[in-house]
Amino acid sequence: MSLDRIVIVGASLAGLRAAEELRARGHEGVITVVGDEPHRPYDRPPLSKQVLTGAKPPESTTLAVAAGSIDDLGLEWRLGESATGLDLADRSVLLGGGERLAFDGLVIATGATPRRLPGTDHLEGVHTLRSLDDSIAIRAALAAGPRRVVVVGAGFIGAEVAASTRSLGIEVSLIEALAVPLERSLGPEMGAVVADLHRDHGVDVHLGVGVVLIEGSDRVERIRLSDGSVLEVDLVVVGIGVSPNTEWLEGSGLTLDNGIVCDATCLAAPGVVAAGDVARWPNERFDEVMRVEHWDNAIEMGEHAARTLLGDATPYTPVPWFWSDQYDRKIQLAGLASPDDIVEVVSGRLEDRRFVAFYGRAGRIVGVLGMNQPAKVMRWRSLVETGASWSDALAVAAATD
Amino acid sequence: MRIVVDYDLCESNALCLTAAPEVFEVRDDDFLYVLQDEPSEELRAKVEEAVRRCPKQAIVIEG
Ligand SMILES: Cc1cc2nc3c(=O)[nH]c(=O)nc-3n(C[C@H](O)[C@H](O)[C@H](O)COP(=O)(O)OP(=O)(O)OC[C@H]3O[C@@H](n4cnc5c(N)ncnc54)[C@H](O)[C@@H]3O)c2cc1C
Ligand code: SF4
Repeated sequence: MSLDRIVIVGASLAGLRAAEELRARGHEGVITVVGDEPHRPYDRPPLSKQVLTGAKPPESTTLAVAAGSIDDLGLEWRLGESATGLDLADRSVLLGGGERLAFDGLVIATGATPRRLPGTDHLEGVHTLRSLDDSIAIRAALAAGPRRVVVVGAGFIGAEVAASTRSLGIEVSLIEALAVPLERSLGPEMGAVVADLHRDHGVDVHLGVGVVLIEGSDRVERIRLSDGSVLEVDLVVVGIGVSPNTEWLEGSGLTLDNGIVCDATCLAAPGVVAAGDVARWPNERFDEVMRVEHWDNAIEMGEHAARTLLGDATPYTPVPWFWSDQYDRKIQLAGLASPDDIVEVVSGRLEDRRFVAFYGRAGRIVGVLGMNQPAKVMRWRSLVETGASWSDALAVAAATD
Repeated sequence: MRIVVDYDLCESNALCLTAAPEVFEVRDDDFLYVLQDEPSEELRAKVEEAVRRCPKQAIVIEG
């Protein structure tokens, strides 16, 4: 199959890294990048961290490429335009303006959109955080000196927003429906460490509590919680998870099920690959179908999908990795972690908030979690890579700590 | 090819070393060490991958 025209939908991390890899592998044809945001690709992690605190200006988030400048890639940018449909038979992408973009190969990297709290769309002062514009808006709202900020949802985004806001000296309440922050990602024990971290920094933490009602006429004024408490508030940031951006693909013939379902090589249909937050695929290393919402995965999968598109199709079997910065703590996880895993601290102490913990399931180590221990996380990540047994992993940790 | 790391940006995330272990090392003190400032051309693809995988965009290749 000749691939003269490649279209990439989604002008962000996964899409850009796919484009870079296509060029690095010698693809010389036309590459058109369609993105519904007006911006060139930028980096999202600073949006809940340094951009909110003001430590980094928003412009500094623009993504660079490894070799030369982004213009050297010779991409055709269609920014500020959304893809509204995919016609697999005609091999074209439909754009909002009615135009059809023909392709020989397609990379889908449309990411995910934050879920909103129902019934709040008309209220000023209720924000979600995904885009540069979202971050700039929250930053401006923080600069206006709110009395109290309520963060709804203690996942990674919510926890980071709480930390960034607290570090500006603003009062913060963090509301989480589950028993601890990050419970779904890290399990109850490690979630409890994160809850204490926030309490120690003066965050008013409400756990196991839901939002009953957000009140206000045009602006948010107060929040009623399921435990009966009422919080007076002028800024709410909602971080209750994201949904993959697949609506535009409904009826296209691609399999959609909590993301675009791909095969082990990132292929969603002949000549169509998907990557990043929007893609689900069977990771043969863990024998698990996964969709990973991490920065590093967007890069690695973008590159992998590009190679698959060019005909070099191999299974994509990463050990996922992410980090989160909260206050002066850096949390890193290599591999997987779920609430049902066994968890054991193998280095340092939880009380010091400087430790490494292993996650195990079915007799194997599956994850390495570190708080302020980057070197050890990376050293022991290889245990997950090689699929070490739980007892071997513990023995290695004891011997090399 | 010369490697320049901005140590004000680098947070020892240690992703660069998974991409190019010949060139980068994060030691037990959690600091990054560049093992070769001017690696040979064969390592260029790996070093470029390290640049891309650095979450802080702290690595720059000159030349
Ligand atoms: C505030 C924030 C902080 C984060 N911090 C961390 C962190 O510390 N560590 C970590 O590991 N990960 C972090 N992440 C996650 C990481 O940024 C994402 O995993 C990564 O951005 C995913 O990249 P992507 O290219 O798959 O999707 P996205 O970055 O979501 O990009 C998708 C792009 O496609 C566009 N698009 C969607 N639909 C269409 C359409 N129909 N037509 C055209 N364009 C479309 C979107 O507008 C968007 O620009 C953070 C994310 C956020 C939002
Ligand atoms: S990946 Fe970047 S931040 Fe991490 S150690 Fe290497 S240079 Fe430093």
